Amino acid sequence: MVELGSCPLPFRDYDKVTIAHGGGGVLTQELIQKLFIPAFGDAAADATPTDAATLAVGAGRIAFTTDSYVVRPLFFPGGDIGQLSVHGTVNDLAMAGAQPLALSTAFVLEEGLEMGVLHRIATSMGAAATAAGVGLVTGDTKVVDAGLADGMYITTAGVGVIPDGVDLRPERVVPGDAVILSGTIGRHGTAVMSVREGLEFGTELVSDSAPLNGLVESMLSVCPDIHALRDLTRGGMAAALCEIAEIASVGVRYVEAAVPVPPEVDAACGFLGLDPIHVANEGRLVAFAPAEEAEALVVEMPQHELGADAVIIGEVTEENAGVVTARTALGTHRIVDQPLGEQLPRIC
Amino acid sequence: MKYLEEFANPELAHKLLAEIADTVTKPWAIMEVCGGQTHSIIRHGIDQLLPGEVELIHGPGCPVCVTPVESIDRAVQIARRPDVIFCSFGDMLRVPGSHGDLFSVRAAGGDVRVVYSPLDAVDIANDNPDKEVVFFAVGFETTAPANAMAVHQAHGRGLTNFSVLVSHVLVPPAIEAIMTSPDVRVNAFLAAGHVCSVMGTRQYEPIAAMYNVPIVVTGFEPLDVLDGIRRAVAQLESGRAEVENAYERAVRSDGNEIARQMLDEVFEVTDRAWRGIGSIPASGWQLRDQYQDFDAAIRFEVDHLSVEESTACRSGEVLQGLIKPNECEEFGTTCTPRHPLGATMVSSEGACAAYYRYRRLDEPVSHG
Repeated sequence: MVELGSCPLPFRDYDKVTIAHGGGGVLTQELIQKLFIPAFGDAAADATPTDAATLAVGAGRIAFTTDSYVVRPLFFPGGDIGQLSVHGTVNDLAMAGAQPLALSTAFVLEEGLEMGVLHRIATSMGAAATAAGVGLVTGDTKVVDAGLADGMYITTAGVGVIPDGVDLRPERVVPGDAVILSGTIGRHGTAVMSVREGLEFGTELVSDSAPLNGLVESMLSVCPDIHALRDLTRGGMAAALCEIAEIASVGVRYVEAAVPVPPEVDAACGFLGLDPIHVANEGRLVAFAPAEEAEALVVEMPQHELGADAVIIGEVTEENAGVVTARTALGTHRIVDQPLGEQLPRIC
Repeated sequence: MKYLEEFANPELAHKLLAEIADTVTKPWAIMEVCGGQTHSIIRHGIDQLLPGEVELIHGPGCPVCVTPVESIDRAVQIARRPDVIFCSFGDMLRVPGSHGDLFSVRAAGGDVRVVYSPLDAVDIANDNPDKEVVFFAVGFETTAPANAMAVHQAHGRGLTNFSVLVSHVLVPPAIEAIMTSPDVRVNAFLAAGHVCSVMGTRQYEPIAAMYNVPIVVTGFEPLDVLDGIRRAVAQLESGRAEVENAYERAVRSDGNEIARQMLDEVFEVTDRAWRGIGSIPASGWQLRDQYQDFDAAIRFEVDHLSVEESTACRSGEVLQGLIKPNECEEFGTTCTPRHPLGATMVSSEGACAAYYRYRRLDEPVSHG
């Protein structure tokens, strides 16, 4: 143990990185705010709290993002790591309102990985990129010793062009905004858990992994003044809402019964002791838009396959700034938190 | 799984609430024993809906919360060994011992694995004959049968590299400890449905009679809990003190015969320390003599290890229902899920963590 005061790092209870620091919750945020940003110093002066940065280039603006993919197992119902590495980065660009232009792909491969597996995943990446209308234009390959990389890790980076008049930022979210959810939650996380070693359970459920740029484009066509978008990834819907509430210093309240949860997700979460609002998604978003335009959005979104179950789930408030609250089915209210780190299945 | 919806039906919930309000004439304090019930009550805001006369006190039934610091320290010490694969239920990993948690052991290179069943740990032992595989056998009567089965199977399969670190606790002695405490203010108990699905309801009958206290066995969905409260209030108002089963879809009066036989074969009753409460006589299980070879505490020579608990944490008073979590000075300030002073702030079933997660705003969350 590091004694208090002797540690050069501002971490009180961990002197080593734990798995929870990568969970996308409070500990990940702390790592960014208390270690990376101060360590980067002046170089991080323009760092953004969102997944994609917006850069001015000449008269226009581009969005720029990167993400690493370490999913285990490599193949899961409804997808694989390759497809995920394309969708995730396309979605980060789409949340900035950008039309994805190009992606880079960097592979860390484990010695001994089957060529056939690599081929399947590469083919899946190509198909996913083509479907999303984005090119895979450059890349890199490294190989590490057997046992070091769970088969493979993939890092993709992407750039996209932000159309004039589009300005999607959490800071723009204001009290009175409507909160719109694009569809059912919890499918990706549940599908991956259902095939994870030691936890296998039978389900028809498949991941919701999908590129959201097409849906975003059609949303912006009816409501160019959407204030912010956030895709629901690790940490689930709860983490996405909490992040926006915190950055925009507003309250977010939603109606629990309005959130569509597939029965399979509900059942799996029930026996694992998890909450569907904390379970990962890869093809869902929440939108914060002026209330008067919300109806037009939920009429438009179902025109797109990925917005079929779009619904207004709540609103932004001035009170309870930084806090997300839910109205339960019984009519009571509770605070909704983001998970600290990894979701831990309960004992009983 | 339709039950999840049906047992949260708002109309039926409000019917039960109306019935409770119609029945109650004076103040009653009802303790829900199990952390699963606490979680459900706070998550759904059931306590906010009850008439003012009915107070819910959150009991000691969170296995993570009551596992003593010395058991965590023993686990950490064993898990640090390079020859050990340490297997545990997930939510034990973040419980602070006196020198860090199991997460930190993993970050330092220890092989700590989350398993969903102790039988998976037996398979891991089978697949890794050159490693010692240790399972952290914690929890109430609910988790105990599978843990007993793991030892039984390992024995049957001749696995000499498998052992369990046992820190099992029992509900009835805890209820008795609460009822004999000089500060007792509990008028009725909601007993834990899943514990009773294993052990049955008979062992609660002498307790109800001796302490003149109604004990209603409930499930964990909102309607289960509300129906339990309704029955408890009805008993209190009519002066009865009986054991009542409000979880008939899972609990029989004899419990699960096969599970109980397995428990009896592997475990015997022993005194046990409860975190925040102290030692309660005959309140835990340990391995029987013929299974001592599977005792990790003996195998790794950590059974002598004992520690003093921090005094800043008032979880003992919380676990006995003497204070509400937010009445503690440290609550939400020096003690948060990020920096827990005690285990009740760690597990999502712990009363302090449940209050922090769902209730930490000073004023009730107001909605226009």
